[in-house]
Amino acid sequence: MNVLEVESLTKHFPIRAGLLQREVGRIRAVDRVSFHVARGETLALVGESGCGKTTVARCILRALAPTSGAIRFTQEGGEIVDLAPLSRRALRPIRRQMQMIFQDPYASLNPRMLVGDIIAEPLLVNGVPAATRQARVLELLELVGLPAVARSRFPFAFSGGQRQRIGIARALALNPSLIVADEPVSALDVSVQAQIINLLLDLQDRLRLSMLFVAHDLGVVRHVSDRVAVMYVGRIVETGPTTALYDRPLHPYTAALMASVPKPDPDRRDATPPLAGDVADAANIPPGCAFHPRCPHAVARCREIRPELRETIPGRMTACHRAEELTLAGVD
Amino acid sequence: MADTTQPLLSVRDLVVDFGLDQGTIRAIDKVSLDLYAGRVLGVVGESGCGKSVTARAILGILDRPGRVVSGRILLDPGTGKEQDLATLANDSLALREVRGQRIGLIFQEPMTALSNHYTVGNQLIEAIRAHRKDLSKADARAKAVTLLGEVGIPRPDGRIDAYPFQLSGGLRQRVGIAMALAGEPDILIADEPTTALDVTTQAQILLLLRRLQQDKRIALMLITHDMGVIAQMADEVAVMYLGAIVERADVRALFKAPQHPYTRALLRSVPSIRATPRERLASIGGAVPHPGRRPTGCPFHPRCPEVITGRCEATLPRPVLAGVDGAACLHAEASA
Amino acid sequence: MSSTIHSAGSEDRFAEATQLQLTWWRFKRHKLAVISLVLVVLFYLVAILADFLAISDPHATDARRSFIPPQGIHFFDDGAFRPHVKGLKGTRDPKTFKLTYAPDPGRKLPVRMFARGYDYHLLGVIPTNIHLLGLEGGEAVDGIFLLGTDQLGRDLYSRLVVATRISLLIGLAGVGLSLVLGLILGGISGLYGGIVDTAIQRLIEMIRSIPTIPLWMGLAASLPNTWSVTQVYFAITIIISLFGWTELARVVRGRFLALREEDFVIAAELAGAGQMRIIFRHMLPSFASHVIAATSLALPTMIISETSLSFLGLGLRAPAISWGILLQDAQNVQVLASAPWLLMAALPVIVIILAFNFLGDGLRDAADPYG
Repeated sequence: MNVLEVESLTKHFPIRAGLLQREVGRIRAVDRVSFHVARGETLALVGESGCGKTTVARCILRALAPTSGAIRFTQEGGEIVDLAPLSRRALRPIRRQMQMIFQDPYASLNPRMLVGDIIAEPLLVNGVPAATRQARVLELLELVGLPAVARSRFPFAFSGGQRQRIGIARALALNPSLIVADEPVSALDVSVQAQIINLLLDLQDRLRLSMLFVAHDLGVVRHVSDRVAVMYVGRIVETGPTTALYDRPLHPYTAALMASVPKPDPDRRDATPPLAGDVADAANIPPGCAFHPRCPHAVARCREIRPELRETIPGRMTACHRAEELTLAGVD
Repeated sequence: MADTTQPLLSVRDLVVDFGLDQGTIRAIDKVSLDLYAGRVLGVVGESGCGKSVTARAILGILDRPGRVVSGRILLDPGTGKEQDLATLANDSLALREVRGQRIGLIFQEPMTALSNHYTVGNQLIEAIRAHRKDLSKADARAKAVTLLGEVGIPRPDGRIDAYPFQLSGGLRQRVGIAMALAGEPDILIADEPTTALDVTTQAQILLLLRRLQQDKRIALMLITHDMGVIAQMADEVAVMYLGAIVERADVRALFKAPQHPYTRALLRSVPSIRATPRERLASIGGAVPHPGRRPTGCPFHPRCPEVITGRCEATLPRPVLAGVDGAACLHAEASA
Repeated sequence: MSSTIHSAGSEDRFAEATQLQLTWWRFKRHKLAVISLVLVVLFYLVAILADFLAISDPHATDARRSFIPPQGIHFFDDGAFRPHVKGLKGTRDPKTFKLTYAPDPGRKLPVRMFARGYDYHLLGVIPTNIHLLGLEGGEAVDGIFLLGTDQLGRDLYSRLVVATRISLLIGLAGVGLSLVLGLILGGISGLYGGIVDTAIQRLIEMIRSIPTIPLWMGLAASLPNTWSVTQVYFAITIIISLFGWTELARVVRGRFLALREEDFVIAAELAGAGQMRIIFRHMLPSFASHVIAATSLALPTMIISETSLSFLGLGLRAPAISWGILLQDAQNVQVLASAPWLLMAALPVIVIILAFNFLGDGLRDAADPYG
């Protein structure tokens, strides 16, 4: 069963200029993106900066209002609701079922609130009585591996990794059925990153969380996700189960992405960069397949016809005209 | 294997302090390293390990209130023109000439070196003419175009008149590299040159750096936190932790048989694109302590899985010497 | 590298400190600001206890003691501690036959603390006539003239003390009103954005582009002559604050816009917190310190405004006493030549303006103890 089904999600940001702030163009940050998250699974949304992955995450949580599309969320009672058109007021009762883990452990905690109050806030605003709140905060601190005294301290007394644990405790406070994690470990040092990744994996096992994991680091994604959706300039170019996708990518961009990760092996050094050129500008997307100017396999139709995301082999979706004919190298 | 030639730059027992109201923080503690022509020294470590401070101390651009307390920074050691940069005032003419003309710096964020108010060409020509005063404006411009072509900027004769904000992040970093090369230095320091870039752009910039370094026989000091970048780029590696070099080794030796427990833990904790699904990582407990709360003895002992209780917290391991492979660890001392 | 070294004990203290404590610790490092804070507090104490601190009735005129130069208190008499001042003695000028008064070294008048003087209401409610200092005995013409007297024989020190009250309170009232306007309009601007924001921003630009002095002159001149001192006082406050709110509104709007994008504010919204909770629990505490700093920087402008208006004769009018009115007396060069001490009225203005500026700087720096 799917906790979340996103269909044709689109978010355009107008470019305004002049005294009257007239719209002179549009940034197509997210363009007709569709995917789903099944209960208990982690879907990773992967891509480079500007690909729209964070915008997707923020639209799903309705921190941003989508331009069009549907965001169907299965509530605890089994009832399915489309979040896209809901007002701020209508969203409030649903918010408790989906929570976010932020990238920046420094900006995401109110520096003027005690850690205990930060973790208790979701409980408080959702009407959980004070006594229960206290007990729940202690329980959550233990769950994320922080001492109980942490609750009477301010966030700045904690390191980046500990703050991220606080952020995770806050996200878990209301027992949400969906967690959206936006680059939750990319601001952390390697040694601390590993702790947080392990914590997320443990929590998911214990709590059967469904998670949308937004990241750019393919190594991190491989560790945490069950399925992967790769984005390029506002569109999903490929989805599939993690191992299958890493072993045999079907989209040339996915393959290039994986080949670009520096191999931690001094005996296997790359001689040529896997991909030339720069990521396309979301305000000025190339016609046809947005990836065609950089694609080593591009042919005439790639320049003219935009490839739709379609099931190319069972369980795998690819937006590439040549998905079937190409044999691309995965991680070896 | 490193001692076959003379180094271009030798740092010996460098100590850098930051004097704050509340006390003095030791940011760099007895760091020694050598840079050789045509070779890449990778300096790797987590935040606060002092890798950037080392680079800034070499260039004499430490932020206040940091200062070099002791140690030597020798340019052309053992030759007739040996010069100790540590004795030069930060704003002295001699050091200003060294910066740019002998040692180039590539920043993490290229906009640190570039201004949005002048065209790429303006800034590049100025940098070229700063050390080649004999060049005419037209010659300098021609050289700037060549340089932009060398760093892989498409249509350099057109892009030279662009402003930095008109360029993508990858192109900007290429311009940053061109700026660092403008004075034709034989030493380059690259401080996390690809950290702000996307992975596909990072691959391009790394290869560009390696090609330039090899073609021009540049001594490159590459600072990064990414073990993958080290594996792809470095000849020798210095692993830093809390202001000290804890291990120095040839890159192959380091990845094959890391000596220091910190290096081993660091290598194990990197998420791999070859992992099995839901594979747990070997993590290092705790966090890097604040440099102001440096543990006694071995700075890594509170987090070390191989700590010898009673000894590591009391004994400071011998520092790693330049030019010699080894680890600053009591275990390594015992086996040596 | 900016963080500090602490022993384990002080680390705990630091970790569990409230925002107020952290701000205070940071503020304390700014020596000039701490001195300024003390000065500001002293000034407001003077303002509150003005009548108690005054020696003679600031309104009482006496032509005989016009332009008496500043007089010191003599503390010792024949080696014993017996504070006293010299009495005044009238001598007739043999040429002009004018009676002029000057201190008479032979007449010693003892100075007493908590002496009885003119009647007033302490803190505006308790009727009393006790003053900090006063004379025992002496004639009507005698008095303690620490800063001399003006043309009408009024004691400048007492007038200055009483003027402090009006000048400081008008500043406070003006800033209070500006704060209300600034918070509401800036808040609306920052919260709702869009057309409302654009409209308010344009209004602010318009107001800021009007030259203030001519406008004040126009507005002040339109105040009816028949108005009482109190009415004029309120009108002036309103006029001053009508222009003072724009800066505060900008600060508030800027903070609202910045905070709306902050992760922790988004986190609160995602947790299901209502608009009111987000504003009052998350946003306001985050910029309250900025507003306080902006306020303390706005106060001197208010005080200067009042002083300028009154100095130009457009603000408060006698018999009200404010610094501006006192300075008005010092306008005349001829008067100044014979009684330079009248310029003393400028001193508190300068001191309080500097103090508020340093205090504001210190507060602004301390405002973000997490920065």
